Formats: sequence, C-alpha cells, structure tokens
Amino acid sequence: MKTDAADCRLSTQVKDAAAAALLAGLLALPMLGFRLIDQATGLTLDYRLSWAAIAALAVFLGRLTLVRANGVLRRRMARPRPFAASSAGTPGRRRQIAGWTMAGVALLLPWLPFSDRNLIDKATLLLIYVMLGWGLNVVVGLAGLLDLGYVAFYAVGAYSYALLSHTFGLSFWVCLPMAGLLSATFGMLLGFPVLRLRGDYLAIVTLGFGEIVRVILLNWQVVTGGPNGISGIQRPTFFGLPFLAAVPGKTTFHEFLGVAYSPDHRIIFLYYLILVLALATNLITLRIRRLPIGRAWEALREDETACRSLGIDPTKTKLSAFASGAMFAGFAGSFFATRQGFISPESFTFLESAIILAIVVLGGLGSQIGIVLSAILLVGLPEWFRDLQQYRMLAFGGAMVLIMLWRPRGLLANRDPTIRLDDYRPAEKPANSLAVLPSTAERGASR
Amino acid sequence: MEYFLQQFINGISLGAIYGLIAIGYTMVYGIIGMINFAHGEIYMIGAFVSLISFLFLGLIGITYVPLALFLVLLLAMAFTALYGWAIERIAYRPLRGSVKLAPLISAIGMSIVLQNYVQLAQGARVKPLQPIIQGGFELFSGNADYAVRLSYLQIVIVLLTTILMAGFTYVITRTPLGRAQRATEQDMTMAQLSGVNVDRIISTTFVMGAALAAVAGLMVTLYYGVIDFYIGFIAGMKAFTAAVLGGIGSLPGAMLGGLLIGLIEAFWSGYFTIGYKDVATFSILVMVLIFRPTGLLGKPEVEKV
Repeated sequence: MKTDAADCRLSTQVKDAAAAALLAGLLALPMLGFRLIDQATGLTLDYRLSWAAIAALAVFLGRLTLVRANGVLRRRMARPRPFAASSAGTPGRRRQIAGWTMAGVALLLPWLPFSDRNLIDKATLLLIYVMLGWGLNVVVGLAGLLDLGYVAFYAVGAYSYALLSHTFGLSFWVCLPMAGLLSATFGMLLGFPVLRLRGDYLAIVTLGFGEIVRVILLNWQVVTGGPNGISGIQRPTFFGLPFLAAVPGKTTFHEFLGVAYSPDHRIIFLYYLILVLALATNLITLRIRRLPIGRAWEALREDETACRSLGIDPTKTKLSAFASGAMFAGFAGSFFATRQGFISPESFTFLESAIILAIVVLGGLGSQIGIVLSAILLVGLPEWFRDLQQYRMLAFGGAMVLIMLWRPRGLLANRDPTIRLDDYRPAEKPANSLAVLPSTAERGASR
Repeated sequence: MEYFLQQFINGISLGAIYGLIAIGYTMVYGIIGMINFAHGEIYMIGAFVSLISFLFLGLIGITYVPLALFLVLLLAMAFTALYGWAIERIAYRPLRGSVKLAPLISAIGMSIVLQNYVQLAQGARVKPLQPIIQGGFELFSGNADYAVRLSYLQIVIVLLTTILMAGFTYVITRTPLGRAQRATEQDMTMAQLSGVNVDRIISTTFVMGAALAAVAGLMVTLYYGVIDFYIGFIAGMKAFTAAVLGGIGSLPGAMLGGLLIGLIEAFWSGYFTIGYKDVATFSILVMVLIFRPTGLLGKPEVEKV
C-alpha cells in the first residue's frame, strides 16, 4: 500500500496516468488502429494509427484528472464529520413519502402542462420496465434466485395474448389473466426440475430456458410466425369501447364520452393501464412480503439450510416465488403486445433479461423505490438520449459498469426489515460496544 | 456409418473450440465465484485480432503459412490477454468482496460495451477470410457415395488444443503459479495469509483464460472463415454451458463439457433440424443437472453450517 502522501505527488500521478495511457494505446492498437474493409476482392486492412494515439491521450488526460480529483476528494473526506442524526425520520418513512410523491406525479403526468404524446409514450415504456423489475424482484430480490431468463416469461405473456386474441378473438381483459396464468405455469414447469440447483447452476439453466423460448418462437413458423412475428394484434378497448374515430355499429370511446376524437386517448389509456398494472404488482409484492410465504422467501434467501431445519419446504417456496415472478412478467408481456400491436422474437433477447436484472440489482435488490430510480436511470435516460444513435448501447453498457462501481450495493441499499418490533430504537445502541448485532437490514444488504 | 464418422470429426473440432473458451469460464468461476459474462466477448476480440493480424502479416509480406500462423497466434494471445487483464482491473477488481451480483452486472455491462465497441470500430458486417489452411485427408474414400473428410485444419485444431491443454495442466499442477492459483481457489483469505498475492493471481487467471479464448477465436476464424461482432454471445453461452456440464471449477470437466457440446451440436444438426440445435444443447444440460447437479466431473459442494 502506498501512503496517501505518495499518492498525491504529481509525478506519481503522471506515472500512473502514463501507465493507463500505454495500456489504452495497446488495447486500441489492433481494434481502433486498424480497420477491416470489405472489398469485392476480399478483405483489406486500412491504417488509422492516429485513433489509437488519440485513445491513449484521452485516457492519459482522463486518468490524470480523475486521480487528482480523487486526491482532493479524499483529503476533504478525511476531515472528521460530526455525527448527525437524521432529522427527517427513519429512511423507511422518507422512502414512503418519496413513494407516494412518485405515485402522485405518475398519476397526474398526462395532465401536466409540459407532457405531450411523446413523453407519455416514453413513460409507458419506462413503466413496463418498472413492472418487470418489480416482478423480477420477487425472484431475485426476495427469494434470492438468480434468474437470467426472465424475458422468457415476458415473451410467453406477449405471445399468449397475441395468439389468443388472434385465434379466438378474445378481448384484452379476458386474455390478461390467462396470459399471466400461462406464464406462471411456464415458470412452474421450468422451476420444478431445476429449483433444486443452487445459485449459478440455476442461473445458467434459466439463461438456457430464455434462449430455448426464443429459438422456439423463431423456428415454430406455423404458430408464431417465426422471425416475422405476429402483427395486427388487437388494440385494447376501454371495457369494450374501441379507441377509434368511428366503428360502424359500435360506440367508440369518444362517442360514448361525447368528446372530440383524439389519438391521444389511446396513448393516455395505455399509460394508465400500465400504471395500474405496475402499481398492482407493487402492492401485491408488498402485501405478500408480510404473509408467511413472503417471509419464507426472504428467509430462504438468507439461509436455505436454516429454513429447511425450521420446516420450510425450499422447493415449494422457491416454486411459488418463481411462479409469481413469471406471472407479473406475463401481465407485462400481454400489455406489451397490445401496446405495440406487433411482436417478434427480436423483442425478447437476452439483452432484455440483462436490462431487467440490472434494474433490480442497481435498485438495491429488494427495494421497490430503488427499482423505479434505476429503471429511470437505465431505460429512461437512454430513451431521451436517442440522438447518440449508434453510441447509445456503448453508453448504456458503460453506464451499467460505472453505476455498479459507484454503488456496488445498488442505489438504495439499506433495506428496511420486513418486520420490526415497535419498540425498536436504533439510537439506543451502546456506543462503546463493538459486539452490537447487525440489524436485519444490514445483514440483508451485506449479502 | 461414414456420415456418423464425419459428424464425429466435425463435432470434436467444434468441441475443442468450445472447450478452450469454457476453460476461461471455469477458472474464473473457480477462483472468484463469478460468471464472467464478458468472456464470450474476449473470444470475439481474439477472433478479430487474429483476422487483423493475418491481414497485417500479409501486408508486410509474411506469407509462409506456418510462420504466419505462429505469429498470429502469439499476437492474438498477447493482445487478447491484455484485454482480459484490463477488464478485470477496471470492472471486477473494485467490486471484489461486494454483493455477489455486483460483478455479474458489471460483467454484463462490460460485455455490452465490448460488443458495441467492436461493432463501431470494425463495422457491423460479417468479415470473411479466404481459407488459409486448405486440403485434407479422405478417409474411406473407397465408398463411392460418401467420403469422410478430415481436413488439415481440423488436425491443427485438435493438436493445438491438446498441446495447450497439456501445457496448461502442467502449469496448474506442477508450478508455483499453479499452486498459488489452487490455493486461492480453495480459500482466498488463507492464501493471502500465506503470502500469496491474491490480486496478482486473479489477474493471471484472467490473462490465461483470455489467451486460451484468443486461440479459440483464431481457430474459429480459420474454421468458419467468417466472423462478426456478435459471435461472442452465442459461443460464450455454449462455452459456459460446457463448463457447467463438465462441473464448474474443474478444468478437465470444461474440456469434456466442450467436447460433449460440440458433439451434440454436430450430431443434432447432422441428423435433425439445425434450427433447434441450441434447444438440444440446453435440454441436455438441464437433464445432466437434474441427475447430477454438480456436473459430470464437479465436486459436490460441501455445505458449511
């Protein structure tokens, strides 16, 4: 370990930055320094060595700035800070307030002066991811099962709605519960054989399952339409009233209400629909957490052996978590299908699973509000920065790494324990004793 | 019978490539217990570096094939190993000792970054390469309707893999470096207390895994003749499946798993529909895991209470 003083000397910092620049230059040399060019005669090579030099220079300057800023910051942080008890109540209370505020803003969003069609559309997309994040949170955050193929259940939901409404002409409201049920069944089918597996074995099997579902959707041309997908999916109706300018023989939504027709009606309706679905997911999750089954999920995440010795059946418990998570994905999937009007296997790649998982982990595993924040960060911001175009995914991946480095435990890490006795007062901790047992929240977060 | 033998040969060559990638997964998993999602991308970078090196050597006039192959191998291994080292240093080391899922997410992020970086730097189109090693033996060419072909390239692939595996096994089992690696794998804290520089050992593990992935990348470039920026994902997933199939953490297991996956794929696409070959691979993985939850050669996990 170098001392702080040595770290702060300029020469050391320059040396450090030079090493980083050398590395960057070497890394960039084959990839940026040369470019493969397709020609009629075959592949040829083109030089642009200056690119590698530019990369090295950029890293040198960036690293130097970072190290210097870090040094300044560290000196400032080293100053002892007086211990300040938070005055705004417990974190749980503050989070509750934040949650209600967010829900309020979300409810009023379409009526706010600055909102337009575009914004509501993006908010709808964001809410799909929030809902998926809350659904996956049941599996990953509460039950502690790493699921890398969550998008499979989303796909099952989307395709079941599309196929049911296509073949039988059923309406969205009939299909929605059926899609959820089908997804949950798929979750059970997958979960039954594999839930005995621990940790990463489960991860790879779910990853494989996600791919299997995608490959089947791609190849089972007769039913799923293969890579062309299914188009012309029935749009949702307002309990039977379609959102169209005029339908012969039927009352449309705007005629029923006696207002002028506007295509915005459907957008706003879809927005409220997903808001209700997402909030229902949240509410159900929060309620289940207080039921014996929800407590069993969290207990199982903490210690499977202890659970078994207390008479909790791990397989049943895991299966229920898996099925509930899958069910929410199924709901979200059928919403997705009705919103898009077109689905294809393209929408259900591993990248989607990765994004949803990243939302859950970044949100702080188990924190409902954290998931909303990280969904805004991961899905919302890139949507607004679509102008970056081809650099968008590069920035997205980079952001994922950087946020993880910045907050390895997620945005809102210190979870509230699900159950807390009323007379629990953290302030009464004896200050001089080191052997204070960590609270449930700390233990949960430190895993 | 001839057809069977042909698929067998193809399967072994493909399996050797998967096995080389799988070793990178299994070593990293064994030592720090994380799924290195960016490993498939490392392999893709290895393929690109090989392709670029081939063209570069052609430009400067080294066209004698064995020499060119050897130089390309060295260049690809060196540059790709550098990538492996850098990724560990940037994205994983700061997260060591953190929540278990944190490095996984940062690995997925890194994989997205690398994929798009290569796509932007080298273009999204498929990159073709003329065959470098041509020709081969015709086995059983007496049969008029079907001749089994064993190309020189397939021989090179299998030979190179065998040599690398032998060298690798030697390093792991006989050298101080290998001893330190095994010690770190068993108990990181204890290894540190006994004077093993754990950080350096982990870096070395990443470097070794990346170098092997680079060899796999080179082989794929030669074998299929086309690469693009997206090959890393599927190959990485198959290789990870191979590592799990063989028992994650076990080196011979990774090679065995790789060969099995290669054979399954070759036979499935030979006898059934090619579209579902990935389904077959994963179904067999699920089957194996149900009946042998630790993989074929894996040690059963000891639960400490």
